Amino acid sequence: MTTSAEDVTIQPEKVTIPTVESPFRRFVSDFSESKMALLGLAVFLCIVFAAVFAPYISPQDPYDLAQLDIMEGRLEPGTKSFVGYTHWLGTDDQGRDMLSGIFYGLRTSLAVGSMSALLALLLGGTMGLIAAYFGGKIDTIIMRIVDIQLSFPSILIALILLAILGQGVDKIIIALLAAQWAYYARTIRSTAMVERQKEYIEAATCLAMSHRRIVFRELLPNCLPPLIVVGTVQVAHAIALEATLSFLGIGLPITEPSLGLLISNGFEYMLSGKYWISFFPGVALVITIVSINLVGDQLRDVLNPRLQK
Amino acid sequence: MIVFIIRRSLQSGVVLLLMSVLVFVGVYAIGNPVDILISPEATPQEYEEAIIAMGLDKPMWSQYLTFLNGALHGDLGNSFVFNEPALKLILQRLPATLELAFGALFIAIVLGIPLGLIAGIKSESWVGRSIMSGSILGFSVPTFWVGLMMIMVFAVMLGWLPASGRGQTTDLFGIPVSFFSLDGLSHILLPAVNLGLFKLSLTIRLTRAGTRENLQLDYVKFARAKGLTNGRVIGVHVLKNILIPVVTVLGLELGSLIAFAVVTETIFAWPGMGKLLIDSIGVLDRPIIVAYLLITVTMFIVINFVVDVLYSVLDPRVRLGEEKI
Amino acid sequence: MRTKKLFLMAVIAGFVLAPVMGLSSELKIGMKSEPSSMDPHYHNLTPNNNMANYTFDKLVKQDEKQNLKPGLAVSWKPVTDLTWEFKLRKNVTFHDGSPFTAEDVKFTLNRGQNVPNSPSSFKRYMAHIKKVEIVDPHTIRFSTEKPFPLMATYLSTFAIVSKKHGEGMATKDYNSGKAMIGTGPFKFVEWVPGDRIVYTRNDDYWGDKPEWEKVTVKPISSSPSRVAALLAGDVDIIDFVPTSDIETMEKNPEFSTEKSVSNRVIYLHIDTDRDVSPFVTDNNGQPMKKNPLKDLRIRQAISMAINRPAIVEKVMDGSAIAAGQLLPEGFFAISSNLKPMKYDPEGAKKLMKEAGWGDGFGLTIHGPNNRYVNDAKICQAVAQMLTRVGIKTKVDTMPKNVFFPRGSKLEFSFMLVGWGAGSGEPSSPLGSLLHTYDKEKGYGASNRGRFSNKELDAALEEALVTVDRKKHGDLLIKATEIGMGELGIIPLHFQVTIWAMKKELTYTARTDAYTFASEVFTVK
Repeated sequence: MTTSAEDVTIQPEKVTIPTVESPFRRFVSDFSESKMALLGLAVFLCIVFAAVFAPYISPQDPYDLAQLDIMEGRLEPGTKSFVGYTHWLGTDDQGRDMLSGIFYGLRTSLAVGSMSALLALLLGGTMGLIAAYFGGKIDTIIMRIVDIQLSFPSILIALILLAILGQGVDKIIIALLAAQWAYYARTIRSTAMVERQKEYIEAATCLAMSHRRIVFRELLPNCLPPLIVVGTVQVAHAIALEATLSFLGIGLPITEPSLGLLISNGFEYMLSGKYWISFFPGVALVITIVSINLVGDQLRDVLNPRLQK
Repeated sequence: MIVFIIRRSLQSGVVLLLMSVLVFVGVYAIGNPVDILISPEATPQEYEEAIIAMGLDKPMWSQYLTFLNGALHGDLGNSFVFNEPALKLILQRLPATLELAFGALFIAIVLGIPLGLIAGIKSESWVGRSIMSGSILGFSVPTFWVGLMMIMVFAVMLGWLPASGRGQTTDLFGIPVSFFSLDGLSHILLPAVNLGLFKLSLTIRLTRAGTRENLQLDYVKFARAKGLTNGRVIGVHVLKNILIPVVTVLGLELGSLIAFAVVTETIFAWPGMGKLLIDSIGVLDRPIIVAYLLITVTMFIVINFVVDVLYSVLDPRVRLGEEKI
Repeated sequence: MRTKKLFLMAVIAGFVLAPVMGLSSELKIGMKSEPSSMDPHYHNLTPNNNMANYTFDKLVKQDEKQNLKPGLAVSWKPVTDLTWEFKLRKNVTFHDGSPFTAEDVKFTLNRGQNVPNSPSSFKRYMAHIKKVEIVDPHTIRFSTEKPFPLMATYLSTFAIVSKKHGEGMATKDYNSGKAMIGTGPFKFVEWVPGDRIVYTRNDDYWGDKPEWEKVTVKPISSSPSRVAALLAGDVDIIDFVPTSDIETMEKNPEFSTEKSVSNRVIYLHIDTDRDVSPFVTDNNGQPMKKNPLKDLRIRQAISMAINRPAIVEKVMDGSAIAAGQLLPEGFFAISSNLKPMKYDPEGAKKLMKEAGWGDGFGLTIHGPNNRYVNDAKICQAVAQMLTRVGIKTKVDTMPKNVFFPRGSKLEFSFMLVGWGAGSGEPSSPLGSLLHTYDKEKGYGASNRGRFSNKELDAALEEALVTVDRKKHGDLLIKATEIGMGELGIIPLHFQVTIWAMKKELTYTARTDAYTFASEVFTVK
């Protein structure tokens, strides 16, 4: 990992490891044990691909109003567009190609989900590490705040914040960040508590390294596995939460719809049989979340020492 | 113990105070409810009169102090929209929300524990695997989407159950409940299942994890060695050991059920306090928003407190008042 | 395929349910909005006014086209320029049997202006009456300072309450039912907020007796849920059928629909006042020192660029009527010269070139997303159309609680708004939307573009003191024609309100969008 002084002290051990099996290899083989998880991973990678390359693979830019025409609104799946390509999944009421809408919507949903998860991880992780490393009063104060916050459901916190902040991508990221950082803080603290007692930290302390260096270069890398597990689950959770908030009408603005908003837009057409406007984005959302959760589930099993066979 | 209670109460007080300031200032900042409430035909003069009538002409800190003073006397202010005490309006709708939350909890426990047991015992078989896959689905599919699908299928296509609203209620100790009439039950079924689905998945997973862990423990081996039937080992001994953590977690989840009821109530037009909150956010009815949050927060604090105390009673290893390391 | 299946299911559901539910003498209504109070004078809000008509009567009623007709008053006439005399209906009793007299009218006029904490009272419809004179128990005279042509119209807006039961009563006494004693067709039973309002028939009603012994009104704000409730048989009739479901409901043989144009016009308000407007930009999105919206030719170009028939057909599913003025045909004081602007994108481009904006500019349209039928969708459609003629338009929609306060603070340059003329004539939109903003005189409260035109102001102000109905109307038409000629606002369309009900029922659709249980009948 790093070439710090601490590595030198335990180097003899490290040399022997590759001869058996590298930790990464073992992780890969453990992870591949579950076919479902592999499938989930494959699906998720496809989704990420579609989201990242949305501008290149979408037949239409659904965010460019000049490309939309309401006269093309609510076409059934498979209808040819005026310009020539086919709307494989139909169009919504604004004449937005649903397939393009879903690709771009995935982009928004994934961006909001991962962005907020990342920020929450940074904030929560830092807080948790600080609490664990310094202990005492600092620990008490931080963990009190975490406890109090964890006693409230995330949706309530997000609701309050959005009621106060108003709509927008930045606002919803703030709301999700605020709703989730405490999970990371708690996770990393409990792991770090255990790690702190171990010899290598003691060694680093003896070498008179700076606090910052010990916390971020020594403690943090060793606390990553549980954080990754929580992270995957929380990304899925953030995406679902964003969709729910958008559905309630307090999430994202309409011109750049996320999946939740596409579903909510199509909701009113459900009963009149124009199922595709709501149905396909819903399926995309469910597939996304399920695939992330499948991966997260297997990660938990692989990385959790208690269940290791 | 007493020190613990005092410290907890003080802490809760600070949380409530901070919360009320935050929400008060936030809602104040969004805008002026008069713009939405007043008839669009009103003249500018009437507009100002309405502002004065609602006490919105005073500076914010003075409005907050008025509110705080009232709150300390048990008065959370009058709703701008309904001109009735916010507290009364919320308490009026509390039974409907609680009933929904308990209904959801009931479904989660009654279905979740047996399914979780099966998944735990036969974790490698296709039954166990499909139960687990189902629970991942339950975790993943957003509540609102399931709600829509349920209305679509059971109310509109099949016509088995009503699509929205609360049915006939019977008074139980002066509180209206839906559980005692067919009409009431038929109305609550869909929303309760919808709300309970997420917790159902959670129960399945908790039970499964607990079962798997317990099955490897020595007491199970002993029991088997003693010749007890499999049914008895699992049905009595394992179940007893799993039940405590599962029920505790679910008890804590009651609060989150109440919060998530916002979504279900919106879809099923269930006349609970979550729907009142969403409606009130829509018209910036600040007294209701603040009162709702204060009431739910208080409720959570009480639930957590009770759970903590019960824990210390049940498990002597947990000492209250001491900071854990 | 799927549509067919769905439709079939709904039909089957209908067949199975119809005999079970039967059509007893109970009517269940699913309504979009719930009143904020039962107190008829607390909050001047459509759902409140709707429900007030169940328990109470007004002196003057409005028929389904908002023409005035006798209510608790049988006739009225001006006795001098400044005094009106109203003859009251005899032998009318309140629900408790006590007689209705002029005292109750006088009491109402006093109470209506003094409801504590009212967010929006009926004062504006009462305050012009400076003196009330009771000639005899069934004759009453109202005096004003200035000639007042709209006397009967204003008296058609608020309900008459009983003096005996209303004295000293607060809003909460109406909500609890204690003071809910009126002369109306239904007696109040209970209100469970968020869930239902229940009425029983008033068998001693002075007018036509309603068909229903019991009426339950259920507020179901979510449109798909409301439709689902009707399809599932939970309710018998619903208001505000969402445009997306009109086609299905019309095809479904188990249900019938009724529609009527409404008094609500959807329009674009434009900043015609400021030289630097916050959301007018150059082509690169940079702020500009000049505001092209002040140029009439640009406003005309915008109006021409909008394909109203396309909005009506594709966004509103045919349930709207393209608009060229403030109220649709059939209302009082409508100009026969004003027609909806023709769709002409080439003409629009030409006009922009003439005005020196041939290269276009940038603009943001702001609108609410939960106030009017399909509001956010209309904003997007307008933005599409304007972008195509060179005005690069962004869309920013927000909940009404954020939109209206910001709009009133003049934070926008170009916005989508609607106006429902509750009085059924154009003086209210003229006074609020197009008259120069004047706090003292009470004009221009909703003039969020700060349009100002001296001639229009003069014509409107003169109309409001002209009692002669013909002259009064002509002046209103003149003011309307000036406002529309100058495009102080750009009208888009009039909303059409749609009701759907079980096919055994009929309802005469109303322009004011009210749903009256007393007007719902079983088909004979």
